[in-house]
Amino acid sequence: MTTVLTGSDVTRAVTRIAHQIAEAAPPPDAAVGGHPVLLGIHTRGVPLARRLAAEYRRITGREVAVGALDITLYRDDLRRTATRTPGPTDVPFPVEDRVVVLVDDVLFSGRTVRAALDAIRDLGRPAAVRLAVLVDRGHRRLPVRADHVGRNQPTSLDEHVRVRLAEVDGTDGVEVLQPTPAGGASA
Amino acid sequence: MRHLLSTADLDPAAAVRVLDTAEHMAATQEREQKKLPALRGRAVVNLFYEDSTRTRVSFEAAAKRLSADVITFAAKGSSVSKGESLKDTAATLQALGADAVVVRHPAAGAAYRLATCGWVTGPVVNAGDGQHEHPTQALVDAFSLRRRLCPGARDLAGTHVVIVGDVLHSRVARSDVWLLSTLGARVTLVAPPTLVPLGAGSWPCAVSFDLDEVLPDADAVMLLRVQSERMTGQFFPTAREYTRRYGLDARRLRALKDHAAVLHPGPMNRGLEISAEAADGPRSLVLDQVSNGVAVRMAVLFLLLTGNEGG
Repeated sequence: MTTVLTGSDVTRAVTRIAHQIAEAAPPPDAAVGGHPVLLGIHTRGVPLARRLAAEYRRITGREVAVGALDITLYRDDLRRTATRTPGPTDVPFPVEDRVVVLVDDVLFSGRTVRAALDAIRDLGRPAAVRLAVLVDRGHRRLPVRADHVGRNQPTSLDEHVRVRLAEVDGTDGVEVLQPTPAGGASA
Repeated sequence: MRHLLSTADLDPAAAVRVLDTAEHMAATQEREQKKLPALRGRAVVNLFYEDSTRTRVSFEAAAKRLSADVITFAAKGSSVSKGESLKDTAATLQALGADAVVVRHPAAGAAYRLATCGWVTGPVVNAGDGQHEHPTQALVDAFSLRRRLCPGARDLAGTHVVIVGDVLHSRVARSDVWLLSTLGARVTLVAPPTLVPLGAGSWPCAVSFDLDEVLPDADAVMLLRVQSERMTGQFFPTAREYTRRYGLDARRLRALKDHAAVLHPGPMNRGLEISAEAADGPRSLVLDQVSNGVAVRMAVLFLLLTGNEGG
């Protein structure tokens, strides 16, 4: 097991991403002065989006709306993988003509982001969609890239990246778990 | 969950999972864009050997909202009226590429037979088999009850549900007894002795013949339709006597606890088992039972048709 981000590293990464989001130029057709809305992808993208919103508020003095997006019903592997009970999608504001920042913990194949883009399309037509992730571990299977990355962490395919956030797991940190000889990943 | 044939097959975790999934399905149905891509490219066959409005339409709507293709097959006007057997019909549907079959049949056990005989490979949903079970209706009832009586709770623990009327002919009552008790509710069946099925003593519920005695303690009352089309003999002297002893009239409505809910799986015989005042009043969940039907059936189809192709 290798720790790649400690608790304070996670906090710094969130602050840095919030600055980047605040500085990003809005597209000319964006509504509400270009202030973005944050959509966290279940599970750990949601608390990350809340933290980014709090930082954004501290930096700019402006409130930013936060929503939660569940993409279970939009996955492309529903036939094969055991299903998770869909979580709540809670987007209590219109995304029409807004800049939407999708927030997730790990960017891997890009399939989750593809599903999230479909889910957003069913909510409205944003002016732009950007992507913020805490860790980019590589191995993309789709033409997807993140606009804001906390840490680029090259991994091998059989490694497992474990993100822990205080809101969900009681503590902050990112670790890379090596596979055990028996197969699955282990601490 | 491989098939949904009987609510007795559902353990508490599985039952709660269906209700929770249905809750999220219901939330998606309040959006402008109601269609979800989850079952795109899958075919759901509605195989109905018996008349139905609510169940057939809500299964059809549920499958369509999840982007599945729906083939509705009514026995009337099909080769069944020329004498085709369930087996041959099922084989035909299988050859047409049905991914799931929703079946309603007048014979108890038809869905079980379809699921276990290897005639079809996909999941089978029992949409009512004779006087045996109607699991999705029970899930709709449990969903409506949980929303009304236990908002935010996992199950129905601590509630007392009274089911009144023609238990003998009611598949809904059987499914409800198993499901509601699995979810922690206390269930009491109330019916004239002639309409209590043999063996009801071994079910996870109490049985009473006196509605007035039970009502003040109920958190919910479910009225069952008097199924005159299934009654070949005399089960009670007159409809008026039935209404007087077992109908939910204005006087009995007032005897209920303040929060108590009234349910009826429909179609209702107004004035027989339920008064208009009870059916249309603020306690009534009758319309919720219809509107929740789509979300619950979406959840059932979603859970049955996803994650079952290994790999």
